[in-house]
Amino acid sequence: MTKTAKLFSLIAAVAMVIAAAHPSLAATPIKIGVAGAHSGDLASYGLPTLKGAQLVVKDVNAKGGVKGSPIELVLVDDQCKPEAAANLATKLVSDGVKAVVGHICSGPTKAALPIYRDAKIVAIAPSATTPELTQSGEYKLFFRTIASDDRQARTMVDFILNKLAAKKVAILHDKGDYGLGLANYSKQFIEESKQAEVVLFEGITVGQVDFSAVIQKIKRSNADVVIFGGYHPEASKLVSQMRKKRINTTFVSDDGIKDEAFIKVAGKDAEGVYATGPTDTSQNPITLEYREKFKKLEGTDPGSFFDNGVAATLAIINALEKAKSFDAEDVAAALRSEKVDTPFGEISFDEHGDPVGIGFNMFVVKDGHYHTAE
Amino acid sequence: MEYFLELVFSGLTRGSIYALIALGYTMVYGIIGLINFAHGEIYMIGAFTALIIATVLNMYGLPLPAILILASVAAIIWSAAYGFTVERLAYRPLRGAPRLSPLISAIGMSIFLQNYVMLAQTPNFLPFPALIPDLPFLNRFTSMVGTTDLAILLVTAIVMILLTLMIKFTRTGKAMRATSQDRTMAFLVGVNVDTVISVTFITGSSLAAIGGVLIASHIGQINFYIGFIAGIKAFTAAVLGGIGSIPGAVLGSFVLGLTESFATGYVSSAYEDVFAFSLLVLILIFRPAGLLGRATIEKV
Repeated sequence: MTKTAKLFSLIAAVAMVIAAAHPSLAATPIKIGVAGAHSGDLASYGLPTLKGAQLVVKDVNAKGGVKGSPIELVLVDDQCKPEAAANLATKLVSDGVKAVVGHICSGPTKAALPIYRDAKIVAIAPSATTPELTQSGEYKLFFRTIASDDRQARTMVDFILNKLAAKKVAILHDKGDYGLGLANYSKQFIEESKQAEVVLFEGITVGQVDFSAVIQKIKRSNADVVIFGGYHPEASKLVSQMRKKRINTTFVSDDGIKDEAFIKVAGKDAEGVYATGPTDTSQNPITLEYREKFKKLEGTDPGSFFDNGVAATLAIINALEKAKSFDAEDVAAALRSEKVDTPFGEISFDEHGDPVGIGFNMFVVKDGHYHTAE
Repeated sequence: MEYFLELVFSGLTRGSIYALIALGYTMVYGIIGLINFAHGEIYMIGAFTALIIATVLNMYGLPLPAILILASVAAIIWSAAYGFTVERLAYRPLRGAPRLSPLISAIGMSIFLQNYVMLAQTPNFLPFPALIPDLPFLNRFTSMVGTTDLAILLVTAIVMILLTLMIKFTRTGKAMRATSQDRTMAFLVGVNVDTVISVTFITGSSLAAIGGVLIASHIGQINFYIGFIAGIKAFTAAVLGGIGSIPGAVLGSFVLGLTESFATGYVSSAYEDVFAFSLLVLILIFRPAGLLGRATIEKV
């Protein structure tokens, strides 16, 4: 052995000893991607999640991180564009992230998911609501902390069948994306349940002066319950004109009418109308804590999906902490089995990846205000 | 059979709503050959005026019939003032211009008035009080026809008869017909054409105001946009019946209302507009001047 070779091996040996003596220096941070619209038209949907994730990670790192390693966030901005999302997903994979919080919009999420699936990375979206993302069963490593679009119809139909014991249901919608989507899911769920029958399924024209013909049709169908998918101006016209004709069929509608404006316009006719709405969690201590932190930092109230973003980050960190290893399969298993405290209360995830504990409640108009319906 | 009758009555209700607005369209067109696109907005302003007056009077605790009458009178005066002003500002300066210019001016007025009310009042829907009291003897028939439906039907009939009488027999009516036939000639024989046109706009706007009060009490809510949608349907009805003809506007409205009602009742309400406008196309193919319209020979 030459002198120089000896010297090198000595240096190498010393380096190894130093490395072994200081394991904390070698603990590489765990990378988590945060993907979503951070600029552009829809930035107001994505930035609250980004801030929420940063606030949570700051707290976690202050307490020593996950299994002794600090968390490092990798931010990518897809502007809610699917083509950008696919490229950015590839970038996150090559950066070696262990999980992704995102994406924000349903379209980009759909574009990015095959890449995460092939690279075996868990993704958890705070605000992508398209039902098929979870329900297609194609993405076993995908989760979300928001109720999917069909959940609202599910809540409504369960309530109508079990609490109102309806046998015949008339479904109306305003022909718009939101109203028609809800009407279609409601019809599907009622037919699948075989407990009731859809006796009428009709679209109405928004802005029409008079709905008496369609109301006569409801009367003739002998429906126990009318479901309306749409927004409050049409709903208040329908319900007022029904009551004027002394048709007292129970009126059930969606989040689009769960608005004080509906009660103001429909007046006494609004009494007894049911509507679905997101479960009220504004008094939850975690909600209050993070909203307060956001306010201290930014000086304003956080925007939409902030709570969902905080919940997604808390859930993924909890799963990384409790999983046997950082392998995607183990993390996914932990997400399903381990309950976690979030702004929405204690949540976990079902086999599809949809949250259990985040969802809709039924509300009823009583004495001019919405109250939770029993 | 009962279902059929119910559909007939819903068709008639809807038809008379269209007719109240269509009368104003057809009258202005009959006299000066202008499609007054701002007419729907005048109707909307009538409804807003009635709402404001009714709210104020309600605070003083006046009885309902008094509120209805006072609010209607206020709406008529206010809408007539708007109609008069719109004609003076937007149409009179264009009297000698090609036909397209006042039409574009009318569309501009319509957009202006909508946005003005949206900014000055509110973009939200407002509840409109039920100004027409429920008559107890109608309770038995309430599933078929309500008090407001009946009131709208009756008022439409009365207004149509009065208008026809006015145009046939009064001095103003004769002057209107003369202006309609040949404006220059009428002017030469001493008809004050400008006054006649102003009177036409004031009458048409008053009708729109009455429509605004009745229809808003029927629907129970208003916003700045109601005039546009109602105006389009009423305009369709006026064309269907033969634009320029007063009985034609009423007939066209009832045909449109009944078509929509039967389309909803026996097919699907999702297709009511498809049926309504297919009918319009068919009628215009076979009778280009509309049901009661007279084919005019264009002077070249």
